[in-house]
Amino acid sequence: MTEIIRQLQNARAGARAGGGIKRIESQHQKGKLTARERIELFLDADTFEEWDMFVEHRCHDFGMGEQQIPGDGVVIGYGTVNGRLVFVFSQDFTVFGGSLSEAHAEKICKIMDQALKVGAPVIGLNDSGGARIQEGVASLAGYAEVFQRNVMASGVIPQISLIMGPCAGGAVYSPAMTDFIFMVKDSSYMFVTGPEVTKTVTHETVSAEELGGAVTHTSRSGVADLAFENDVEALLQLRRFVDFLPANNREKPPVRPTSDPADRIEPSLDTLIPENANRPYDMSELILKVVDDGDFFEVSPAFAGNIMTGFARMEGQTVGIVANQPMVLAGCLDIDSSRKAARFVRFCDCFNIPIITFVDVPGFLPGTAQEYAGIIKHGAKLLYAYADCTVPKVTVITRKAYGGAYDVMSSKHLRGDVNFAWPTAEIAVMGPKGAVEIIFRNDIGDPQKIAERTEEYRRKFANPFVAGHRGFIDDVIRPHATRQRICRSLAMLRDKKVENPWRKHGNIPL
Amino acid sequence: MFKKILIANRGEIACRVIKTAKKMGIATVAVYSDADKDALHVQMADEAVHIGPPQSAQSYLLIEKIVEACRETGAEAVHPGYGFLSEKREFQEALAAAGVTFIGPDGHAIFAMGDKIESKKLAKAAGVSSVPGFLGVIKDAQEAVTIAREIGYPVMIKASAGGGGKGMRLARNDQEAAEGFISATNEAKSSFADDRVFIEKYIENPRHIEIQVLGDSFGNVIYLGERECSIQRRHQKVIEEAPSPFLTAAVRKEMGEQAVALAKAVDYKSAGTVEFIVDAQRNFYFLEMNTRLQVEHPVTELVTGLDLVEWMIRIAAGEPLTIKQKDVKVRGWALEARVYAEDPFRNFLPSIGRLTRYLPPQENDNVRVDTGVYEGGEISMYYDPMIAKLCTYAPVRELAISHMRQALDQYFIRGLNHNIPFLAALMAHPRFVRGELTTNFIAEEYPKGFGAADLPVEDPRLLVAVAAFVHRRQVEREASLSGQMPGREKKIGGDWVVKFGGTNYPYAIRPIEGGYALEMGGPTVSVLSNWDIGQPFFRGVVKDDNDHQVVVQIDRHGVGYRLFHAGSRADAVVLSPRAAELAALMPVKAAPDMSQYLLSPMPGLLVSLGVAEGQDVKAGEVLAVVEAMKMENILRAERDGTIAKVHANPGESLAVDQKIVEFA
Repeated sequence: MTEIIRQLQNARAGARAGGGIKRIESQHQKGKLTARERIELFLDADTFEEWDMFVEHRCHDFGMGEQQIPGDGVVIGYGTVNGRLVFVFSQDFTVFGGSLSEAHAEKICKIMDQALKVGAPVIGLNDSGGARIQEGVASLAGYAEVFQRNVMASGVIPQISLIMGPCAGGAVYSPAMTDFIFMVKDSSYMFVTGPEVTKTVTHETVSAEELGGAVTHTSRSGVADLAFENDVEALLQLRRFVDFLPANNREKPPVRPTSDPADRIEPSLDTLIPENANRPYDMSELILKVVDDGDFFEVSPAFAGNIMTGFARMEGQTVGIVANQPMVLAGCLDIDSSRKAARFVRFCDCFNIPIITFVDVPGFLPGTAQEYAGIIKHGAKLLYAYADCTVPKVTVITRKAYGGAYDVMSSKHLRGDVNFAWPTAEIAVMGPKGAVEIIFRNDIGDPQKIAERTEEYRRKFANPFVAGHRGFIDDVIRPHATRQRICRSLAMLRDKKVENPWRKHGNIPL
Repeated sequence: MFKKILIANRGEIACRVIKTAKKMGIATVAVYSDADKDALHVQMADEAVHIGPPQSAQSYLLIEKIVEACRETGAEAVHPGYGFLSEKREFQEALAAAGVTFIGPDGHAIFAMGDKIESKKLAKAAGVSSVPGFLGVIKDAQEAVTIAREIGYPVMIKASAGGGGKGMRLARNDQEAAEGFISATNEAKSSFADDRVFIEKYIENPRHIEIQVLGDSFGNVIYLGERECSIQRRHQKVIEEAPSPFLTAAVRKEMGEQAVALAKAVDYKSAGTVEFIVDAQRNFYFLEMNTRLQVEHPVTELVTGLDLVEWMIRIAAGEPLTIKQKDVKVRGWALEARVYAEDPFRNFLPSIGRLTRYLPPQENDNVRVDTGVYEGGEISMYYDPMIAKLCTYAPVRELAISHMRQALDQYFIRGLNHNIPFLAALMAHPRFVRGELTTNFIAEEYPKGFGAADLPVEDPRLLVAVAAFVHRRQVEREASLSGQMPGREKKIGGDWVVKFGGTNYPYAIRPIEGGYALEMGGPTVSVLSNWDIGQPFFRGVVKDDNDHQVVVQIDRHGVGYRLFHAGSRADAVVLSPRAAELAALMPVKAAPDMSQYLLSPMPGLLVSLGVAEGQDVKAGEVLAVVEAMKMENILRAERDGTIAKVHANPGESLAVDQKIVEFA
């Protein structure tokens, strides 16, 4: 018995040593933590239950038979984040460069299967050189097994990827199918083909960081949602993030009690909207003053800044927030902002997270760049997402709600549950000036007349009452009472039940 | 008494006058420009009259608009506040013609004191001690040198019509006197279209001390002690106090009596201020008389218990001054700090915008806040960017300073930059605390401008203890999350490390009655407070060997906290010991090199761009012009180079530090 215990202890020590002291030091020198250190930071202290420590690869080609490191480059298991169950896999770059073998893939699949069975999130900490080339197609098969599970788990349990090292080639498609991708600046990158192949094929010279670094993906491509300074910050922020999410699609999001009163009045919101309709204001001020304790976790802040998305709490309950940001491109909808918000709305709908939409949208961005790149299809994604969505939807129009963009932004017509407008709201087909230039085309040469007509149009339509007369908005509210009114609406909607007709799945304009 | 008065001003002073009028049962009329539609003074007044566009020249400075507003509303009198029309004789006359009373001195007094040379002659005649000098017209450089020698070097050559430091030259010898005369004359001519200059003795290490006077229509004039306003930045007062830590009772009496004599000489009937310059031997010399309510009048009110605005109104209404000189008692010490919307770390660049959060300290017997703004209000580019005047009062100076430090900690301003760090640094400056002031104080103590290194050094352990408290509340909050595994709920650890200012402070924490006890090496530290998540102020007591009352402003910042205290801002991150160990492995990242970029030094409008992509530029060449606060700022190349990329186009609004062009 003691012998077997000793063997066990030796085996565990072997697995924990990973790729050995040298490789661990090298990992640290790159500013990266090891797979186990990362798990330790991410989970509540002493809650990690590790599985498959003794798994080894089964490859004997190219000298691999002599190289065996227990665990085979990935650490898997479960534990808690603030007492709530999560499953985690963490790739170990010190072991075969974190490369994915058949056995490595099986380990990942194992916890994904388990997470699906019990309904708890899967967190992937990616740090892998790619496929285990020595294993050939077995490695590729491993990827596909993971992909398939990503898809099956999609919308059932939250899946989050934190890219903490290389993630290239086919490997990118597993994170790509998860709900959120976070990255670490300077030490992580993601691309389908790397700088060397890029140079050979397209003659472009580009560094890995420029091609697929955290800044690139969080600001240019929008592939990743958040970039963090280092491993520690990323893991601690990931804990904050997980606190917002329900464990699965059958559960409501968790509640975190707050001392922030639901009826808190914010008088300063009454002056948020500038006198001049063409002057921007910062929508984040409204969000921060409305949500519990001013605590807003913004997602994808650096990409498509003309729309803001993120999580917050109202009376302790998680809400998703979508808001046009007048500070960027006047808050218009374009391809990037439509895609960003559409995916966010879909996520909230999957996981029973009520959506609060703050609207100040002058319309869709015009131009060939947008039309040629398919704004029609991309804008339709956001429209589809809002229309299809059955979670509680509360909308507040703060200023402009013009044209088709008015319809898109969680309007009453797309089953908005409670639609409010501030007194400053202008709900119309377009701005007064544009409207007059079309309706009174013949008067264009006469600035006096145009000015009069514009004023007339403004008086008639640039207010919330026309929409109010038809019941398209439920009430005109004073800005200072916004939090109170949203809280009340959400309380009323707590047990909302709406079912879409049976279908295999809708056909979102992808 | 008047039934209704109009206040021809805006901002804090308009609000301050309205308060007194309300107390006296007088109805008030505010005037406002387009920029002030929602301003506090408009909200406070019983009526408000719109007088024009934002530019002062087209609104607050238009005499006929104000007179018209009086007519329209039936206001019987006008209080001009300070600045704007307060010292315009024409305004006083226009009101008189319209049958409206001006709450201030008569036009002849305003006029007599308005001209620098005339006022000095009058002062001399009234027996007021004047700076040795020559007030006649000086013919040429030769005569200037002769006069300078008679007075004795060093001397100051000044433009008669001058102000704001223009047309002023210091001379320490004959050559400098001759040259200074010529350049001062030229500058005076181009700046004021008036080339008259005069010469007077230059006072070294001067202090600015002024006497508040109050006179009525019956020839009664009294003085209400002095104010010392030596702490000035570029001739702008920053800190004022009453009394002066420098004057003796005898000198005070002498100055007061001379000030009264001068006021009597011009039949002064209202509140006025006689400014003196005082040298190191307590010799004092007349500088000028301000025929209006001063910005810094609250310190006098605090130490005398009088309401100067009330007296101005009573006197204007024809009431006699019932206080005699012997009734005037100066008790305790008062300080005033001017809180400005400006960035002390960027050479005091004005910072305009929206006050997203604005929580001034609570007023009480020791704290007075004269403010004209509110949360959600705007500091506009059109007017003086003053946010408020913060005053404290105590029996002794030391205590008044201590109250001021606490009050500054309790001043919560977000949305724009403000000078509270600078004010806090002044309050902690040993030389200020000793009262060794001169008008050169700021120039001498901050010769290279103000920087983070000038902030007071505080014991970091106080803030570490606060961070420990705050984080404990945060983890308790997190641990209250629903949906935890039964029987395996989150356990809150007791051992932590605060990362603060580049140092790790390990500690063990445990709850005690009213707070937490910390073991951090040395005596047990207890932190007592009822602070909770989301509250802007942490108010509590940190006890080690002593009790420290602390007020710290807390902002969430990433995974940590941003703490504001004693003018400084510092970030604290609280980690478990293991996390701190791992955090130590994280690379220290150098701030990105921005030297190849031209960054906008301030928020503003990009008026023009002098270069295009691919263009070669030489050092000194104009790259761009940025307009902010109606000022055009020319940005030049610091070195030779090639423009690689243009990041912003003319007409675009720029944020501070936004990239304009990039060099190759």
